[in-house]
Amino acid sequence: MVPFEYVAVGTVEEAVGLLAEHREEAKVLAGGQSLVPLLNYRLARPQLIVDINRLPLDGIQVTDGRLRLGALTRHATLEESPEIARHCPVLAEAAGLIGNVRVRTLGTLGGSLAHADPAAELPMVMMALDASLTLVGPQGRRMLPAREFFRGQLTTALGQDELLAEVELPVTRRIGHAVEEFARREGDFAIVAVTALVGLDRRGRVEDARLAFAGVGPVPVRVPAAEDLLRGQEPAAERLAAAAKAARDTLDPESDAFVSAAYRRHLAGVLTKRALGRAVARAGEAA
Amino acid sequence: MRIALTLNGRTRELEVPPNQTLLQLLRDTLGLFDPKEGCGEGVCGACTILLDGRPVSSCLVLVPTVHGRAILTLRGLEAGGLHPLQEAFVRHGAVQCGFCTPGILLTAYAFLEGHPEADRKAIRRALGGNLCRCTGYAKILDAVEAYAREATRG
Repeated sequence: MVPFEYVAVGTVEEAVGLLAEHREEAKVLAGGQSLVPLLNYRLARPQLIVDINRLPLDGIQVTDGRLRLGALTRHATLEESPEIARHCPVLAEAAGLIGNVRVRTLGTLGGSLAHADPAAELPMVMMALDASLTLVGPQGRRMLPAREFFRGQLTTALGQDELLAEVELPVTRRIGHAVEEFARREGDFAIVAVTALVGLDRRGRVEDARLAFAGVGPVPVRVPAAEDLLRGQEPAAERLAAAAKAARDTLDPESDAFVSAAYRRHLAGVLTKRALGRAVARAGEAA
Repeated sequence: MRIALTLNGRTRELEVPPNQTLLQLLRDTLGLFDPKEGCGEGVCGACTILLDGRPVSSCLVLVPTVHGRAILTLRGLEAGGLHPLQEAFVRHGAVQCGFCTPGILLTAYAFLEGHPEADRKAIRRALGGNLCRCTGYAKILDAVEAYAREATRG
């Protein structure tokens, strides 16, 4: 890798100050699981690495029905934390599907969101949960909903002088969840991934339904047309199949060197049906 | 820059350049050849080491970030002789060219420390991120599974 200056910052203000000063010449280092491969292959040639690993951004807090996660929360923590399992288990399931065990040891929530790979699990889950992201810059903090944060392939609303500091999510204790994905090899980025969240009312009808997809476009997407088919309805198998078909017909993925757009759409339909089935079963247990 | 770390149980202080990976430090500077360089992007698992007891790709760790931390390479597992997990590999013929072996041994060791009762399916999933290009997976699983059974019995 090319030579660079390295600073392990002690405060968020220090990090933001360095980013404001060095702009595109600086890169933030968190878990390094996306950045270091780019350094190894000299695809990234920053003059300054701003190491944020010593910042106190790895907290998990639950207040007033909201879950707040520091950007440095590791994937392994999402996978194993009893608090996550209790308050937002969909995050644990999604984190367990990321890369391999070594990526999950070091990789961070904030890093995955800021890198914004179109096939990554956590950006998709943020869309499903309508997460709020806190960005800190020289002028102070701002909060953005996930749908405004992801702008394109590997592109986000983060300014060059901003740091993603925290993520806020709703507690989803009574919501059934499931994450399904298909990849060519264990640990590869998914060809298509889907997150399903289903809440049932006391009569067993669908109160809340969310479907978010990764791998079907430059940014993770929700499919309101499929969600609307479920709301207020009995979650019978035919109804779930109809929602899966709506998702398949609505999504507009592209072909690449490995799979065609038609195959991606087919996969999206199959995975949606599986995810909805599991999410409904879990919602039934929670009700 | 100057860093201090614990390497295979021994405290070391080292002068390192910031633009070096932990794998380069271990192999090129310290002459520890048990971690191998395969892909250089964290996919193959040949460079696996344990950082504070958890598996990481040493090719994806920048040296300044390991200041104050404990690193275990395969030879740190050997206390005067082969570790029982290594002996199981020998017994089951689980080593072919050997390039993936150190990474697989450390990954399996760390996993079984946390999940001593793991069955073959769980072991298979835990080792999913370690590639063996000789494709000797069946014997590797046999060896890890046999070691797990012996370890829980003993």
